[in-house]
Amino acid sequence: MGVDRIETKQTIATGAKPWVDQAEAPFIRISNLTKNFGDFIAVDNVSLDIYRQELFCLLGGSGCGKSTLLRMLAGFETPSSGRIEIDGQDMASIPAYERPTNMMFQSYALFPHMSVEKNVAYGLVRDGVAKAEIAERVAEMLTLVQLDGFAKRKPGQLSGGQRQRVALARSLIKRPKLLLLDEPLGALDKKLREETQFELVNIQESLGVTFIVVTHDQEEAMTLSSRIGVMDRGEIVQVGEPHAIYEYPQSRFVADFIGSVNIFEGRVTEDAENFVRLHSQEGGCDIHVAHGVSCTENQKMWLAVRPEKFSLSKEQPAGKYNFVTGTVDEIAYLGNLSVYRILLASGKNVRATRSNRDRHDAEAAPGWGDTVYLAWDDTAGVVLTQ
Amino acid sequence: MKKKPWFLSIAAVLGFTFLYAPIVSLIVFSFNESKLVTVWSGFSTKWYGKLLEDPQILGAAWISLKIAFVSASLALVFGTLAALVLTRFGRFFGKNLLGGMVTAPLVMPEVITGLSLLLLFVAMESAFGWPAGRGLLTIIIAHTTFCMAYVAIVVQSRLVDMDESLEEAALDLGAKPARVFFDVTLPVIAPALISGWLLSFTLSLDDLVIASFVSGPGASTLPMVIFSKVRLGVSPDINALATIIIVIVALGVAIASTQMKPARDS
Ligand SMILES: Nc1ncnc2c1ncn2[C@@H]1O[C@H](COP(=O)(O)OP(=O)(O)OP(=O)(O)O)[C@@H](O)[C@H]1O
Ligand SMILES: [Mg+2]
Repeated sequence: MGVDRIETKQTIATGAKPWVDQAEAPFIRISNLTKNFGDFIAVDNVSLDIYRQELFCLLGGSGCGKSTLLRMLAGFETPSSGRIEIDGQDMASIPAYERPTNMMFQSYALFPHMSVEKNVAYGLVRDGVAKAEIAERVAEMLTLVQLDGFAKRKPGQLSGGQRQRVALARSLIKRPKLLLLDEPLGALDKKLREETQFELVNIQESLGVTFIVVTHDQEEAMTLSSRIGVMDRGEIVQVGEPHAIYEYPQSRFVADFIGSVNIFEGRVTEDAENFVRLHSQEGGCDIHVAHGVSCTENQKMWLAVRPEKFSLSKEQPAGKYNFVTGTVDEIAYLGNLSVYRILLASGKNVRATRSNRDRHDAEAAPGWGDTVYLAWDDTAGVVLTQ
Repeated sequence: MKKKPWFLSIAAVLGFTFLYAPIVSLIVFSFNESKLVTVWSGFSTKWYGKLLEDPQILGAAWISLKIAFVSASLALVFGTLAALVLTRFGRFFGKNLLGGMVTAPLVMPEVITGLSLLLLFVAMESAFGWPAGRGLLTIIIAHTTFCMAYVAIVVQSRLVDMDESLEEAALDLGAKPARVFFDVTLPVIAPALISGWLLSFTLSLDDLVIASFVSGPGASTLPMVIFSKVRLGVSPDINALATIIIVIVALGVAIASTQMKPARDS
């Protein structure tokens, strides 16, 4: 598929990318993992390699099996079939309390009858660590999560954000090889959430722990992760770096799930070595894609174009490819940019954004009811065959 | 505010009168000077003093307290185990049946419970000689069986409310399952355990019917003694005794119900 060809052209950015390196052995190796609850398949034949010190995000809609996958890694659910290996060790016969993993629960699961200090110390106490060392490490950890003055409080006397940080401290104190976080920031407000996201990344970098983070917030996944695994109905549908997932989704599901996108359905009219052309009934347009795609004439395909990839103007662009025309149906002014909803002749709605570069361009900006043209580059869209 | 319908107020007054008038009159007459139960002749606490000099009553009270203490404690252990099995062992064959059977003693007529236990004890004695005769031990066993049902219900509802990820978190941090139970589960359900124990204690202290069936010579509980005395005519010292029991039971129920309130969630 053409998408792959483009992807390899990407320059590898700075920073280690162990998943690109063939010689690197994965730290966590999940192979053909399946979990059934009766007839229902919660996790469906998932294979996934995760490398040391990654911050891997599992992203997917509600009920798609993210938590179940995490719980199998932690040892709370027994896989129906398949295999989990952590650091070269098969996990099948290892109970939850002996696994080199720690988990931060969606509900935090703080022990209500123990003080913050005792909660955080619990893992070390169970390991029989010396009292003096426990005290030292707990104090250190509470400093790390900025809860110094709260050691003696009970979880019931803390705010949501503070509880969340206690839960994080408790799961980090044993310095696990693998930290599993199930929607760690779900209960926080936007500001605290953003702060904590950066805190998480800092902690991850300073401690060098491997993280798997479950979330259904795609923005969070984009901010945090080294790579993202997108799940749908128990299956992993795509794995890749945030940038790759956003720019090169491999299916309409992924394109639609991550960010907002306009999808034009079309049929192949010309299939050449280094370009393809489609005609889209829906868009009322002809599409030129500047790379080859393995396809056949008249095959049904989709072109996904992100709203920010359009250039919006009142004049018809030159050429006959890669633009659609319609009338402005709605404008949302967001300060830094405006979001337009354009109604095409076919009745399809298209979203486009226009950055408000000039304070005085109110004249030039299209208004309600105007006829406008949305054009895009021949490399701006993503061709999807599924 | 909307005016309350008059008939609801009347119904409430009648209902409370019906429930509590006998108890109030009993308490009032326990402070009566006169030997005649129905004639008020002045305030006195002499019947309470007299009570303390009656060896039969004191002995029965001591037996009742012992029985209540031991059977409440046994019921606590077995009832908690039953609740754990019903809530924490996933699905297993016969779970619904067990769940139903655990709660059956709550609705079973006491006469039937008492009679069936008596028959069981007699059969067991003739089969393998234990329990030898009837007395303290058989009453304790009988009370444990029906109190266990109450404990199981109270503890089960608490376990269902408890966030199971608390236990998973402890496991995750390296605690073996038994350790998890003592470190996390037990402290979290402690209020239910306290209220279950208090409930059992008061139920055992109250019971007349079952105890009468399975008791033997030399093991008369307080309710049995009261009942036999009353049959010979009501004397004011019984009023005093009943007042004391009411106070104890009321305290037990009050403490139990405060413990039963869901603890402030974390
Ligand atoms: N113990 C169970 N018994 C039966 N079905 C279950 C059980 N646990 C989970 N499921 C089902 O498996 C599916 C996946 O559940 P899971 O908790 O993994 O979803 P999720 O991706 O974490 O969703 P969310 O984002 O809402 O937390 C759901 O449809 C759920 O109903
Ligand atoms: Mg979940």
